[in-house]
Amino acid sequence: MAEIVLETKDLGISFGGLKAVQNVNLKIEKNQLYGLIGPNGAGKTTVFNMLTGVYKPTTGTFYLCGEELKGKSQEAINHKGIARTFQNIRLFNNMSVIRNVLVGLHNQPEFKCSPVTSMLKLPKHYDTEVRMRERAKEILKIFDLYEERNNLACNLPYGKQRKLEIARALATNPKLLLLDEPAAGMNPNETEELMKTVRFIRDEFDITVLLIEHDLKFVSGLCDEVTVLNFGTALYQGKVNDALNDPEVVKAYIGG
Amino acid sequence: MNLIKNIKANTKPKYFTNYIIVAVMLAVTLTMKMTGNLARSNATLLAQISYSIILAVSLNLVVGFLGELSLGHAGFMCVGAYLGCFVANMLHEFISSPLLVLIISMVVGGVVAAVFGFIIGLPALRLKGDYLAIVTLAFGEIVRTIFKNLKAFGGALGLDSTRYKGNLFVVGFVVVLVTLFIIQNIVRSKHGRAITAIRDNEIAARAMGINVTYYKLFVFVVAAFFAGVAGVIYGHFATPVLYSFFSYNYSIEILVMVVLGGMGNITGSIIAATAITFINFQLQTRLSGDLAALKFLVYALILIVVVIFNNAPALSAVREKFSIRRFLKSKRHPSEVHDDEAAWDRVPTKIRMDEVLSVDVIVDDPYTPDKKDPTTKGGSN
Amino acid sequence: MTTFIDGLSLGSIYALIALGYTMVYGIAKMLNFAHGDVIMVGAYAIFSTLAVTGHPLVGVLVAVVICTVLGVVMEKLAYKPLRGASPLAVLITAIGVSYLLQSIAQLIYGSKSRAITLGNFESIKIGSVSISSATIITLAVGAVIMVTLTLFVKYTKVGRAMIAVSEDRGAAALMGINVNFIITITFAIGCCLAAAAGLFYLLQIPSVTPTLGSMPGIKAFTAAVIGGIGSIPGAMLGGILLGVIEKICLSIPVLAPYTTAIEFSLLIVILLVKPIGLLGKKRREKV
Repeated sequence: MAEIVLETKDLGISFGGLKAVQNVNLKIEKNQLYGLIGPNGAGKTTVFNMLTGVYKPTTGTFYLCGEELKGKSQEAINHKGIARTFQNIRLFNNMSVIRNVLVGLHNQPEFKCSPVTSMLKLPKHYDTEVRMRERAKEILKIFDLYEERNNLACNLPYGKQRKLEIARALATNPKLLLLDEPAAGMNPNETEELMKTVRFIRDEFDITVLLIEHDLKFVSGLCDEVTVLNFGTALYQGKVNDALNDPEVVKAYIGG
Repeated sequence: MNLIKNIKANTKPKYFTNYIIVAVMLAVTLTMKMTGNLARSNATLLAQISYSIILAVSLNLVVGFLGELSLGHAGFMCVGAYLGCFVANMLHEFISSPLLVLIISMVVGGVVAAVFGFIIGLPALRLKGDYLAIVTLAFGEIVRTIFKNLKAFGGALGLDSTRYKGNLFVVGFVVVLVTLFIIQNIVRSKHGRAITAIRDNEIAARAMGINVTYYKLFVFVVAAFFAGVAGVIYGHFATPVLYSFFSYNYSIEILVMVVLGGMGNITGSIIAATAITFINFQLQTRLSGDLAALKFLVYALILIVVVIFNNAPALSAVREKFSIRRFLKSKRHPSEVHDDEAAWDRVPTKIRMDEVLSVDVIVDDPYTPDKKDPTTKGGSN
Repeated sequence: MTTFIDGLSLGSIYALIALGYTMVYGIAKMLNFAHGDVIMVGAYAIFSTLAVTGHPLVGVLVAVVICTVLGVVMEKLAYKPLRGASPLAVLITAIGVSYLLQSIAQLIYGSKSRAITLGNFESIKIGSVSISSATIITLAVGAVIMVTLTLFVKYTKVGRAMIAVSEDRGAAALMGINVNFIITITFAIGCCLAAAAGLFYLLQIPSVTPTLGSMPGIKAFTAAVIGGIGSIPGAMLGGILLGVIEKICLSIPVLAPYTTAIEFSLLIVILLVKPIGLLGKKRREKV
């Protein structure tokens, strides 16, 4: 059996009296493409927010490669190896494309450089800057964004903004990448291309991907396993093809 | 040599603009002094200009680069001035060289102010925007009230400080150079990128693993340090050091310099600080009594007009039309931007002073602009 | 006891100003730094009309009208163009407006403080405590205004629209609420309250200066934050609390010189311990 990258145990959170998410148990193996689907308001993004430390879970806990990360800050969780994208793209809009990626590279151990070193412009500062730029360019080339590297991020077309967000997240060198509705607002061609990109980064960066998506076609074409959330609880867990035949899932999606 | 190659790859002629401006100012005035052409009052003016520049540049780090409003910069200056001059008064008995005393007292004033910056930075971890602004304002008032009542620091009469015997403005401008060196180096490093990332989108910055707490504190401490140093310079020609000088109004005056020069634009801050201090100095003698309010009227209009012009969503077309860059016939493609550029506005405008004046640029390889203009814009807020 | 009553009366002034802050903050999502200076404008309006007509009530009416108009003009000219821009930009503009009002007042009236007489207020003895009738007027009118405002927000169409706009501006607009109109109305009401606060201020300290509004303004904002910004009962509670604390501090000789420092320290502590204030509602930033 392959290594378990993410494991959640009875993960849950309530806001006030409302139990937004409860008893979510995920087990995601290394290099898996795992889908988290469900109707609007089912609590998918809330799960992401718990996994990245934006919200503190009120019940349960979660482990990344066996290490418990519950209660850690967003920064710490990112250092441990979970990176994410956002449902509504959150780029550093007033920065150039390459600078967005450079920020993602900020915490990599090989680019360590203390503020004092930078303040005094010691040789190490120059060395770090040059190496960071080279790495950033490599990443941008992978995502076909190299030509646009000096553009303001907000001036990129929508599809490229999505790509840049993924590139920036990958720059933090994660073990697990969380993609929040990556195909939202894309046309069929772009969706098709995105599917290729996701598979490609899984292989190229040797990572595991957990993604939220509404587009069932996208999920069934990409993921092997899914969890269907409805009203904050897991309705179905297992192979993606069987999910579409599960009466409960169909009921949650179509109603009736 | 690898290092030289790296330095070359990371340095642009524009990086030296600010140093050159200040060095030229210093050289010209020093020559005038040597040849006996510099009036005593002008030497005072130059000292004032030097600490104004330090204040404006350090506040710009907080407001322009971190994107938080600090209304307590005069408070940090106050701490530095009182503590620095207090130490200087004691040291004069042991050390005969006034320059050495000045240097030690600047370090002491700066460090104590930095400690206060750390203390006031702590709430900054939890607060932002309006709340943080009001806390810094409250801090400034608290500091003033305390010094007003401390007998050891002269109480309501102020602290008697010793005037510096040499040319204070020369020391002042050297400190300006040091300030520029430190602050520009921060801004042009990976740490500067982290700071502007926080300003641009704090949530995303956290998700990218940027330690927001650390950097906010860092910025507050550095800015407070230099404000403290500026305070010590002030205390060495203005005697007594009086609490009432460091009021909220003075914090606003520094803010006016930053806004007028352009947020995130260090050259702008230098020019605006020089201009405003100069005008103040001239007006002081000419506008007496209630006419002095005219000065504040002008400040108010500067704040309102400059900010609305630079930020109003409806004016973006006008901004485009009167773009300074366009005026200078820049060859850069409008949508292109250099990666060290720090555009402040949330709605990016392509025309602010910083792009012409102080933008720190690292150009990659030559780039031919894309012919098709990207039209889709992703909403992201 | 007298200290406490004095505190209540000062507190109700703070509460009135804080109400203006809180409403504007809750609905327009901006800190109107110039709010304190509207009080000053109100005070000068009373001062001027009193000098011309000699009748305090006329002065109050004129002040209310002038401040309300000022609020609307301020909003239209300075803040409306910045809707949708960075909050920092709006805040700096508000500081600019505050400066503008102060310097205009100074150019017209000079920076010296001018005495003003609003009539004689006798002290009334209740048991062993004597209370100035000015204090009683302040307390009574203040209470009436606050109750009216609460009822207005809860039970009128405009009031409910205000709540809607403060909850979600976009959704409110979709529901057919004219958001710009509601924001303008909010400014008008806030400034109207500031005019009332100006009157009460003059009852307590009968002199006018161009900067009279800035310190009470900042303190009232402190009060609004302590009570929980955006909450009407919070503003009242915070205002009264701050007023009482101020008067108590002033009555203790050791603490008296540090009163301002103590009040602001309280603000910092509250923000650190409970950033949403005493009665504030918790808001989550959507991710």
